[in-house]
Amino acid sequence: MSKIREAFQKGKAFIPFITCGDPDLDTTKEAVKAMVANGADLVELGIPFSDPTAEGPVIQGANLRALQGGVTTDKVFDMVRDLRKEVTVPMVFMTYANVVFSYGAERFISTCQEIGIDGLILPDLPFEEKEEFQPLCTRYGVDLISLIAPTSENRIAMIAKEAEGFIYLVSSLGVTGTRSEIKTDLASIVEVIRENTDVPCAIGFGISNPEQAGKMAAISDGAIVGSAIIKLLAKHGKEAPQYIGEFVKAMKAAME
Amino acid sequence: MTNQNGRFGIHGGQYIPETLMNAVIELEEAYEHYKNDPEFNRELTELFNEYAGRPSRLYYAEKMTKDLGGAKIYLKREDLNHTGAHKINNVLGQALLAKKMGKTRLIAETGAGQHGVATATAAALMGMECVVFMGEEDTKRQALNVYRMRLLGAEVIPVTTGTATLKDAVSEAMREWTSRIDDTHYCLGSVMGPHPFPTIVRDFQAVISKEIKEQMLEKEGRLLDAVIACVGGGSNAIGTFYNFIEDKEVQLIGCEAAGRGIDTFETAATVNTGRVGIFHGMKSYFCQDEYGQIAPVYSISAGLDYPGIGPEHAHLHDMGRASYVPVTDDEAVEAFEYLAKTEGIIPAIESAHAVAYAKKLAPTMDKDKIIVITISGRGDKDCAAIARYRGEDIHE
Repeated sequence: MSKIREAFQKGKAFIPFITCGDPDLDTTKEAVKAMVANGADLVELGIPFSDPTAEGPVIQGANLRALQGGVTTDKVFDMVRDLRKEVTVPMVFMTYANVVFSYGAERFISTCQEIGIDGLILPDLPFEEKEEFQPLCTRYGVDLISLIAPTSENRIAMIAKEAEGFIYLVSSLGVTGTRSEIKTDLASIVEVIRENTDVPCAIGFGISNPEQAGKMAAISDGAIVGSAIIKLLAKHGKEAPQYIGEFVKAMKAAME
Repeated sequence: MTNQNGRFGIHGGQYIPETLMNAVIELEEAYEHYKNDPEFNRELTELFNEYAGRPSRLYYAEKMTKDLGGAKIYLKREDLNHTGAHKINNVLGQALLAKKMGKTRLIAETGAGQHGVATATAAALMGMECVVFMGEEDTKRQALNVYRMRLLGAEVIPVTTGTATLKDAVSEAMREWTSRIDDTHYCLGSVMGPHPFPTIVRDFQAVISKEIKEQMLEKEGRLLDAVIACVGGGSNAIGTFYNFIEDKEVQLIGCEAAGRGIDTFETAATVNTGRVGIFHGMKSYFCQDEYGQIAPVYSISAGLDYPGIGPEHAHLHDMGRASYVPVTDDEAVEAFEYLAKTEGIIPAIESAHAVAYAKKLAPTMDKDKIIVITISGRGDKDCAAIARYRGEDIHE
């Protein structure tokens, strides 16, 4: 069993997301430690990209700030090496296909294995294009995470059958960002997923408060939260890790 | 020239969020159905001929030919189309297709504003809602086109993210499409993005080379020796090349915007300075840094100011079938003025890039050779900007 699936064994998983290097890599490192200390089961690390087409304004801003601060893929790798001395929960990278492709796919994915990255989420790599990286991910034991959207409909079974690690269920149409209400009939999507695989399924996009996290966890195996955390970073800067820790604690509690 | 998932050699594909996959599949199925449908083609031909003013003229540029003293030069006058550019060909096709698919709303990106104006025009004609995304920087460079779009009933949304130019407008239009798919068709303006867009846009623009071929056989009784077109995403260029790809004796030349030069960072010459990457739904050549961050590009021409190129062009380059040459701002501005004074035709600054290269090429060719330059659009929109480039303080 992959390390990612183990993270779902202890109950509902809380999965926080952070853009690496916003406002700097030291803050990212402290924030990740605070997340883990307060109950994060798996951490999603964003490698910034200049043109993040699946992101709403909040995470777009984080990408921009990180790149302006001089963050590169190599610097993110070094940060992960450092983090792995203390952090044992699974960690996955979230980035865009060109960041992996342009680094050299084999060089990137083998480095993931070397530094202890367990999975890869690429929002611009749908099922039809996953052969681009899947063979290398398999060779180096890095789970290539599949995304399923409210519009997937007849595609759900096909995607679920080949999924590994966990399935990232996108809660709503549109881009990342906090939403006051999630209207998609997610329970019936989860039902189709479960008919086709035993790979766990976590819901992301638009989850920003404990009430939503509790609701999402009730119908799936976990909740992914990004923009709400990035907002704390934008507000508190280097002081954010403390607030992020408190936030993670409250979210995790609501899911139990 | 495509295979599964719209590949052109290694290029193309569908690198888009899962949320959009069923939308592009639906589009592909609709297009496969309608492209050979006699009624669809009858309606489209009628729109082309009666509304857009096709076929566009193939004009013998006699003064330019004599002045340059080499190959005989013809101009394919896409600037004479309704709305003043080749963009209308693709837009009428896509709007008609979207209407058949039951869509009631068109969204589009635009750089120079020509595609936005064309989309707003088609939306007005067909009674559809229209929203155009345009980089804020470009809304300033092309203020007149912003007004034209609004006059035509479209909403224009200035995009302030990133470099606030064409690539950011594409990103924002893609984001908008992921949030509203049911009633909305993304009317992409160039031969780029995820499959099936590069194929659909090419097929609607291929009317340019189809006409050139017929007109040339009629006027000269033979094929030509070279066709030249400017390339940003590459829609007028692929339209100009397409029906000549199998005619190996015809040189296909695309002119990229070199901006201040390909040895500077202020350039948009993708093939000449970029490398293979994955962005905006496709694998192709992109201007990017060593970590794959998309580079801010620059050109005097808002329509060519894009860090990528359509996947079919990338493939034609890989095969050596077409060549892609850089043309600087200075050369383009000089050609803009040259064509105005020599032939009484003011080309779009985009098209002036093709004119500039033709000026270099024609004198090196024998007098019995023939070149066709596609004048992809008219230059009225650029006059104020070129005047400012020359130090004259005029504003629209």
